[in-house]
Amino acid sequence: MSQITTASGVSARPTSFLGLTTRRRAQMRGKWPVLVLFLPPALLLFTVFVILPMGEAAWYSFFNWNGYGLPEQWIGWKNYELVFKQSAFRNALVNNGLIILISICIQVPLAMWLATMVTKSIKGATFFRLIFFLPYVLADVAAGLIWRFVYDGEFGLVANIARTFGQTPPFWLADKQVAFYAVLAVIVWKYFGFHMMLFIAGLQSLDKSVLEAADIDGATGWQKFYRVTLPLLGSTVRLSIFFAVVGSLQLFDMIMPLTGGGPSNSTQTLVTFLFSFGVMRMQVGFGSAVGVILFIICVTLAFSYKRVFMKND
Amino acid sequence: MTELTAPPIDAATAATGGRRLNVKTQTYLYACLIIVAAIVVVPLLTTAFGGFRTIGDLRGNAFGIPREWIWSNYGDILFSQRYWLQMGNSLLIAVLTVFLTLLFASMAAFTFAHVKFFGSDFLLNYFLVGLMFPAATAILPLFIRIRDLGLLDTYWGVVLPQVAFGLGMSILLFRNYFRNLPNELFDAAFVDGAGYFRFFWHISLPLSRPIIATVGIISFVGSWNSYILPLIMLNSESKYPWPLGIMVYKGEFATDWQLILAFITLTILPTVIVFFAAQKHIIAGLTAGAVK
Repeated sequence: MSQITTASGVSARPTSFLGLTTRRRAQMRGKWPVLVLFLPPALLLFTVFVILPMGEAAWYSFFNWNGYGLPEQWIGWKNYELVFKQSAFRNALVNNGLIILISICIQVPLAMWLATMVTKSIKGATFFRLIFFLPYVLADVAAGLIWRFVYDGEFGLVANIARTFGQTPPFWLADKQVAFYAVLAVIVWKYFGFHMMLFIAGLQSLDKSVLEAADIDGATGWQKFYRVTLPLLGSTVRLSIFFAVVGSLQLFDMIMPLTGGGPSNSTQTLVTFLFSFGVMRMQVGFGSAVGVILFIICVTLAFSYKRVFMKND
Repeated sequence: MTELTAPPIDAATAATGGRRLNVKTQTYLYACLIIVAAIVVVPLLTTAFGGFRTIGDLRGNAFGIPREWIWSNYGDILFSQRYWLQMGNSLLIAVLTVFLTLLFASMAAFTFAHVKFFGSDFLLNYFLVGLMFPAATAILPLFIRIRDLGLLDTYWGVVLPQVAFGLGMSILLFRNYFRNLPNELFDAAFVDGAGYFRFFWHISLPLSRPIIATVGIISFVGSWNSYILPLIMLNSESKYPWPLGIMVYKGEFATDWQLILAFITLTILPTVIVFFAAQKHIIAGLTAGAVK
């Protein structure tokens, strides 16, 4: 602090002022060592492990290649044709869409509803917030295994409930008609707490005076929510849906312990499809084509979503 | 203002200062919250209790108190080498990932925040491209690259890609934080003759503890829970982090659910303990990072 005052104090004198400016310029010249030392580590890692592999995926996707030696057998767009011919891939696309749909229709309203409850001044609100957020911090693999047990047709909780009512225990995960709905329930269980936290943050940033004004005007609870809170939470809703979309396109860890994509590929997602058909069989060209399709979907969604829905945020 | 609409019910609710709720609303609220909380907690509790059961008990009495407490399910795992080895592997990978992410991201973000140079906007956007797609999209070329670098089946084969994929978000968080530090600090440091390095080390970083915590928590949780990268890069079981180890264990003991449940409980226990001990920081870190 004292140095600042002396510096500004002496700056009236031309010589010292000149001295100050040269020192400043010396600092500016000192920027090259910083750039040379600070940027390259991040730049190198990012280029080598993120950007180059993405470029290579585009290149490899035109080859029939098992990953050994060099890619030599150019087959043009054949891999892409094969991908779209796979019924498992179409399942994966539909499933990813369903996850997004469920999160818009069930998860977001549920999260918003709970957020409005745990932001009221009631005892234990913080405790409930913690409990609801807990599944989100658990690893997807662990959550998947826990629910693999819950759904187990012999020892699981569902089987136990069915037996107490004298029913034959169902094994939902082995039934291709219902397996994916069982998976969807786990997704909601795992992630609603995260979305609830987004809405809590959104609710807390709301201008309280607007709600008080509505109170004075005699608005009922529902009217207040529908006409005041909801419109003001628009940006949080969009953010929440954005994360649901991103999460859906990455979903892998939880599917593997639950179903591994089965039965008969009814619970594949794009990433589990890439894994079981590209990585497991070491079909580098085919898997890369799936990766490129996933990449195009991600980038298109990110851009269009940002442009259309989030331009005001 | 709220006094106009509803009189205070009791001292407790009045003291909280929020809107007052009548008894009926409160009952309704608690009923809803407890039902949802039960749906969250019951699978977790039955998992933990299941680890104490015999398999027969699990088949008929999964919800009740264990008829017979079998401590050896947990004991055998706690005294086995594999559990501690997997926890150690996960910890090592996570610590390396967090350290390198913090170091490289803060350094790069510092140049974006404070050094004017040709192409800085372009480079920043270059890093932000990484935010748009998941690591899985390029997993096969990534595997081939790691193999060709000779890093397959090493911790680095997992750590380096994890750091690389975390850089986009981390640099963005750091840069915004550095930028919002008061400008006067920068001027004052220059007047005092401090260089960029001293400014970075003695002023920027010590003032950035909150964002260091945020980035650290995001990358630690991500690494601790990560599954697909180690699954593809590691071969030997002695190097497996716990999410891989738990799947191997499930494979070995197939339907011995009482053992698998004990194993699941012990592997998620550290997460649960740390979460409840540091809940404020963890929730803030994981959601603040997302909102920004």
